[in-house]
Amino acid sequence: MSRRLAEVFAQTRSTNRAALIGYLPAGFPTADASVELMNAMIDSGVDAIEVGLPYSDPLMDGADIQFAVAHALSGGTTTEVVLDVVGRLDGDRAAILVMSYWNPIERYGVERFATRLKAAGGNGVITPDLTWEEAGPWLAATAGAIDTIFLVAPSSTDDRIKTVVKKTSGFVYAASTMGVTGARSEVGAGAQGLVARCRLATKLPIAVGLGVSTGSQAHEVAAYADGVIVGSAFVRCIRAAPDLPAAISAVRALAGELAEGVKR
Amino acid sequence: MILSRPVRTQPFGIVEGEIKLTTYETAISAGHFGPYGGRFVPEALTAALDELDAAFRSAIIDPDFIDRLTKLEVSYTGRPSPLTKADRFAEHCGGARIYLKREDLNHTGSHKINNAIGQALLTQRMGKTRMIAETGAGQHGVATATAAALLGLDCTVFMGEEDTRRQALNVVRMQLLGAEVFSVTAGSRTLKDAINEAMRDWVASVEKTHYVLGTVTGPAPFPEMVRYFQAIVGREAREQIQAAEGRLPDAVVACVGGGSNAIGLFSGFMDDATVQLRGYEAGGDGVETGRHAARFAAGSPGVLHGARTYVMQDTWGQTIASHSISAGLDYPGVGPEHSWLHDTGRAKYEAVNDDEAMAALALLSRTEGIIPAIETAHALAGAMRVGRELGPDSLIIVNLSGRGDKDVATAARWFGIGAPAGIEMAEGR
Ligand SMILES: Cc1ncc(COP(=O)(O)O)c(C=O)c1O
Repeated sequence: MSRRLAEVFAQTRSTNRAALIGYLPAGFPTADASVELMNAMIDSGVDAIEVGLPYSDPLMDGADIQFAVAHALSGGTTTEVVLDVVGRLDGDRAAILVMSYWNPIERYGVERFATRLKAAGGNGVITPDLTWEEAGPWLAATAGAIDTIFLVAPSSTDDRIKTVVKKTSGFVYAASTMGVTGARSEVGAGAQGLVARCRLATKLPIAVGLGVSTGSQAHEVAAYADGVIVGSAFVRCIRAAPDLPAAISAVRALAGELAEGVKR
Repeated sequence: MILSRPVRTQPFGIVEGEIKLTTYETAISAGHFGPYGGRFVPEALTAALDELDAAFRSAIIDPDFIDRLTKLEVSYTGRPSPLTKADRFAEHCGGARIYLKREDLNHTGSHKINNAIGQALLTQRMGKTRMIAETGAGQHGVATATAAALLGLDCTVFMGEEDTRRQALNVVRMQLLGAEVFSVTAGSRTLKDAINEAMRDWVASVEKTHYVLGTVTGPAPFPEMVRYFQAIVGREAREQIQAAEGRLPDAVVACVGGGSNAIGLFSGFMDDATVQLRGYEAGGDGVETGRHAARFAAGSPGVLHGARTYVMQDTWGQTIASHSISAGLDYPGVGPEHSWLHDTGRAKYEAVNDDEAMAALALLSRTEGIIPAIETAHALAGAMRVGRELGPDSLIIVNLSGRGDKDVATAARWFGIGAPAGIEMAEGR
């Protein structure tokens, strides 16, 4: 495990709360604005940031994130820009992760991406379409330096969970429902059971994502998980805002509400 | 003639009974074709792909399954499809003898039904009640909707908005068959985006839903499974050409969208070193214009829609939108097995531009009385090149993958001819 994520979870555990993990795509609405927005999230209580690397075919994402990444791509958000955004985030106050579909990383070069991400201050990577079976070269290139967070889903068998958690470092990403990203009125009923199944297989922290959008949902999840992941809800409040200052205050308000929520 | 289907206890490696595995097959390790293929999917789909893999492997060694599939192929699809000698068309092919493998005569009008019926039977075998499919030209959507109607399954088809427009006939057919057609407005509004949307549906509905992928792309086991259901094309063609000519062909020719009709034909001749395998992808306005779907001519290895394969992508690994007059070839990726056949040199791929394909469409119509699909017209243009290259008395089989009814509006615009009554004409060429 890279030290950074371990520190984050040790710290949130000691203060009796779950870690709050917030996602935004780099370059949405612009590179500079995304830096400001993510730093505002950190300032308002987010413990780890997932910087989304925009990809042309986001098949795990719902409408909000599809919109945001298409916007970011049309604004010229390349992998270099994403790494630059990573480097401008307040890494002293939050762990910095990159969330990316696999092809852009493979195309950039596995070792090159690992090296550059580390140099920019990145601590981990989440790859929604890379399972451990295809991840050999990536795991070899990042061992000990960058955490690789694999996902488990309600459909994952116990045997499979056992294998996945062995390949994972940093934390385990438990997908709350079978479905794509997007704010939902209820967090999947299967989430708690999935977390319990993971606990039997690992001592790693377990964070729940997909569908969490409010403080009360975050509170509910924090009762059984070590981390709460929120993405589409942040994108939504930025989409709804008339300008950047309004977006920043909306993001601050949401982060604040969620940070209250994750207290146990 | 229906050829007996190989029955195996293991897909690769172990030979049972009289079935001999080809050396080609033993070279593939399950799920990968050399460095290509694999499974690049969300964890949530892993269980469903494992389930599908198990269902497929148990089905193909289950005599009842094979019997049901074979009976439907004969009594419903109308197999075997004929092998038609095309003498008047051949006059334009450098003196080569040309045979057409008539997949256009299958029920629903293309090779797509071979795969759709196979996967529909698997859907039932897995106890699922709903099928979803992506479609470009609409032929796979129609085939899946047809199989759904036949077996009493629900069906939703995802189709790019651009394709619902240019293949409007097939939209109506799917609706008549009882399927729900979902028009996709994301991205380039073509096949790639329809696949994204089908995947999104599948992640959320996988418990009761099977995703009937229409070609040899996607995560394992799809490329291998779709190949299995399409291999009947090559088996029949091999037998038929030997009966007609007493020898194997010098080349077999097919168009390559995802590559299922090509793999179906090629697989009958994979181990026959003297038989050239020739695939034709869409050159669109010309490879040099950037407006094409020429993955081998202008793409590079990458990961798209669950598999490592040749992809049209930019420096950063973002998919580049493809362009072709043919909706069924308008896709920036290709089946991983083709990538491997390309790299090993076993098969050769070239691009055919829109204009060359449309000329071949007109030529076949006028010389043989067969109006091919625009996808298929790319293979016909390819056959004309191969015939000239191999010369007089060479023997060539072309996969006539589908009929052209769906394309008459596009053809009317292209050639500036009158619209048949009832078909709406958009302004254009
Ligand atoms: C008639 C016909 N031929 C060929 C294709 C291309 O698909 P594939 O390459 O999988 O055979 C299509 C696809 O829609 C089709 O309708």
